[in-house]
Amino acid sequence: MATVAEPQPVVIEESIATKLVRALGRAPVHLVLMLIAILWLIPTAGLFVTSLLTPTDQAEGGWWNFLFQPSAWTFENYRNMFDNDSIVDALIITAQVTLGATILPILVASLAAYALAWIEFPGRDWIFLTVIALLLVPIQMALIPMFSLYNRLSLFDTIPGLILFHSAFALPFAIFLLRNFFAGIPRDLMEAARIDGASELRLFFKVVLPLGIPAIASLAIFQVLFVWNDLLIGLVMAQNNQPIAPELASQLRQFGSNLDVLAPAAFFSAVIPLTIFALFQRYFVQGLLAGSVK
Amino acid sequence: MPLAFLLPAAFFLGVWVVYPTFATMWRSLFSDRGDRFVGLDNYERMFTDEAVQTAIKNNVLWVLVIPAGVTAVGLVFAVLTEKVRWAVAFKIAVFIPLAVSLFAVGVIWRIMYQEDPERGAVNAAIVGVQGIVGERGVLSSAQPSTDALTGTPQGGLTLQDAVEPGDVALLGLTAIRADEIPEDGVDAVQPEPLQGGITGVVWRDFKPGGGNPGEVESEETGLAGVTVELRAGESGNAIESTMTGEDGSFAFEEVEAGEYRVAIGSETFAEPFEGFSWLGQSLITPAIMIAYIWVSAGFAMVIIAAGLSAIPRDTLEAARTDGATEFQVFRRITVPLLAPVLTVVFVTQIIACLKIFDLVLAIAPGSSRNDATLLAFEMWRRSFSGQNLYGLGSAISTFLLLLFIPFLIVNVRRFRAEAK
Repeated sequence: MATVAEPQPVVIEESIATKLVRALGRAPVHLVLMLIAILWLIPTAGLFVTSLLTPTDQAEGGWWNFLFQPSAWTFENYRNMFDNDSIVDALIITAQVTLGATILPILVASLAAYALAWIEFPGRDWIFLTVIALLLVPIQMALIPMFSLYNRLSLFDTIPGLILFHSAFALPFAIFLLRNFFAGIPRDLMEAARIDGASELRLFFKVVLPLGIPAIASLAIFQVLFVWNDLLIGLVMAQNNQPIAPELASQLRQFGSNLDVLAPAAFFSAVIPLTIFALFQRYFVQGLLAGSVK
Repeated sequence: MPLAFLLPAAFFLGVWVVYPTFATMWRSLFSDRGDRFVGLDNYERMFTDEAVQTAIKNNVLWVLVIPAGVTAVGLVFAVLTEKVRWAVAFKIAVFIPLAVSLFAVGVIWRIMYQEDPERGAVNAAIVGVQGIVGERGVLSSAQPSTDALTGTPQGGLTLQDAVEPGDVALLGLTAIRADEIPEDGVDAVQPEPLQGGITGVVWRDFKPGGGNPGEVESEETGLAGVTVELRAGESGNAIESTMTGEDGSFAFEEVEAGEYRVAIGSETFAEPFEGFSWLGQSLITPAIMIAYIWVSAGFAMVIIAAGLSAIPRDTLEAARTDGATEFQVFRRITVPLLAPVLTVVFVTQIIACLKIFDLVLAIAPGSSRNDATLLAFEMWRRSFSGQNLYGLGSAISTFLLLLFIPFLIVNVRRFRAEAK
């Protein structure tokens, strides 16, 4: 022990031992993570299994009893859902509103973001500061005046009314995100194009927009998720033509007796955002990062 | 030229955001129907309104619990997944709730929170964890068949008359739940007196046709497995206890002379666990908070994981080489270096807490909305759920906006600092 002879073999021996200890030491981490992952999946799995059960089975006991019993599963509830006109209509309305309220604000915001990033004019910073301030205005602030304005303009309970409302409230974040992204485009590139005599509009469509695709993609995913999942705006600004979430919200009152209607509709309404999320996960994460590190 | 680019955005923001913001502030000074100027009355009303007070209290609670909770959970997840190869799979599992609408989240948790442990997974899990919940008694609903037995099921049933060695105690019960009647029960038999001991029987003092209360008759079943206590006559302290046999009979042998009382212990009558009522008035706020953390953990995890990957490896390795333990590295290096990212998550969550609306609507049943309410929800409820209190609603909105002003100032300052 006292002598420090032959250090080399000792080092090798230790490294193997350390590896072993580390591998063993990490086993609990894997176990804990596995448990958390399962815990996090249980609620969604519960909704899915419940949506596949007949009303009789739903009443009989917990969904977990049927988890490993696929013979009890049936798509009957889903079939009934697609025969239910009010739900199908609500899904169609949701799709229309989502499409409109994603394309429109991105178009409007990228125009504004371009001007704020690349056109010099007096008061530019003040305008951007205003946009940053508007980021925090809660939707609640607009509900009462817009409700009466919509009634006067016959925009209440219409698809354009919902699209316009969503678009406006998407703008502050969209302008903020895109302006920061556009500002990162190399100056040389922009100046070269300007020297070539490109107009601002041409510059916007031919240079800025194509380069901005990653940011626009993140933004689009956010907006799709937000609009598709919205409850508040649809609940207040529509009545007979409500999107899916507000349409189903009125059925929550009878929770329990209509689980065979609620569960499949809730799960199906979640499938579309989930698919979009799964397909474009990378952009979603990028957008989250860009948006939160303000 | 810049005007052409800015005009569409200015139109939208002007009409849908700026105009209604000022209109709402102005509206908050008028009566609910809008026909009378009332000054600050709506604000006075707001702060004396019981539901709004609850909303403010709940919002404070949310801001105290949620940002810290979500940030902590996100930090733990991000650190744990850092060196795990299947981190992507884990992240997707935690991320799913973020893509689902809060309405669907509501339906999901309503299913989870069902009160009956046979149906609600949360209560079923609690039943599964033995020890937290006492086991159900053998006779959860039984009642004495005659006045000879007194007391309550909670404290146990005691035979009113004192007994002495050589006596026979008859403990008749009725109102026994159908599923607690012994299926292959043996007819109860009145035991013989025992010299120097106390004997007795616990039986179902009921037979088709009724029978005579207080008498052990044929066709009346003995109740097995019931705990019988022998208590001291004066103090009432339990001296000895025994369990009834198949025919319901029991015996205390070699009992000293004196007066005793015979009782059936309260554990016999323990009610089965009925499940916590998560959606009831007292638990609704924690219940919604759990659902919210379930949703938001993925958000916090991703932001923090990105911050974590930006920490220079060298710094961590240097500390490890110097002999720091993993926990010390985490505590002294990782967390301080992550502080800016953690702050971002924390602040984002404060803002999110003030905006929560969907979850309350989707999870809280009508009967507990008064207890679950939050400002953003109360504003909607007072203005649009049929109450039409536009003056009060405008005042709540304006108050909500005021709460955001500090964050607004911070955002603007940060931008100006960056611009310089």
